[in-house]
Amino acid sequence: MSLTPKDKATVKLFWGRMSGKAELIGADALSRMLAVYPQTKTYFSHWKSLSPGSPDVKKHGKTIMMGIGDAVTKMDDLERGLLTLSELHAFKLRVDPTNFKLLSLNILVVMAIMFPDDFTPMAHLAVDKFLCALALALSEKYR
Amino acid sequence: MVEWTDSERAIITSIFSNLDYEEIGRKSLCRCLIVYPWTQRYFGGFGNLYNAETILCNPLIAAHGTKILHGLDRALKNMDGIKNTYAELSLLHSDKLHVDPDNFRLLADCLTVVIAAKMGPAFTVDTQVAWQKFLSVVVSALGRQYH
Repeated sequence: MSLTPKDKATVKLFWGRMSGKAELIGADALSRMLAVYPQTKTYFSHWKSLSPGSPDVKKHGKTIMMGIGDAVTKMDDLERGLLTLSELHAFKLRVDPTNFKLLSLNILVVMAIMFPDDFTPMAHLAVDKFLCALALALSEKYR
Repeated sequence: MVEWTDSERAIITSIFSNLDYEEIGRKSLCRCLIVYPWTQRYFGGFGNLYNAETILCNPLIAAHGTKILHGLDRALKNMDGIKNTYAELSLLHSDKLHVDPDNFRLLADCLTVVIAAKMGPAFTVDTQVAWQKFLSVVVSALGRQYH
């Protein structure tokens, strides 16, 4: 399920339109994930508050989106490009890789809300493929 | 048994009362077939599924999308007994249609994205929580009778 040149172009196009609101989008997607899939809250027990507007959620939403933005620039070799992040997730964070899918879905939901007409099925396909590839690269170092 | 708060019931009822079954049904099923192409394996007799454009124009797929969405009406009308409501449909999907139950989740995710696009900012976090809870109960009930 590798990314075609068209997939990459689609992802870059959307990213270009999203990068200015990265913090808001990240916080929204993260809030939705924490609410819809409460089991994901287990990774954030050290936060003061997990509610949508909380500083921790906002900050982490931004961190995640910065990471995704970085991945967009490294789409031609995600495995090599995300090596450090993969090691972080594998050895320090140890996030069960199933959860990457849950966050991905919520990123897609936020994109659908932001771009109701432009987030066509083909755009959805391209972004979903990219997020799957990203998740795969992130879990590369797990075992 | 699944517990529903008054708020959750109100949210789900509201979504359905404003739903264009034909539009949302068609869009959701088409999106599923395009984003997860392996789901096309169940639609061999539905005519041309060659690419996204033909899928989006396919009247048989559109009709089936509407049918699926009306199928959700049963869950809406029996929110306290969704498991039993779908027992027969679950057997049908298992024994006759041979659908891998993971596909129910894929379609549910596409339905969520389509509803989100339709409702825009009105698809709040609370709305999404209630909506996905409803769909996950439906998905679970549909997979319940597999053996």
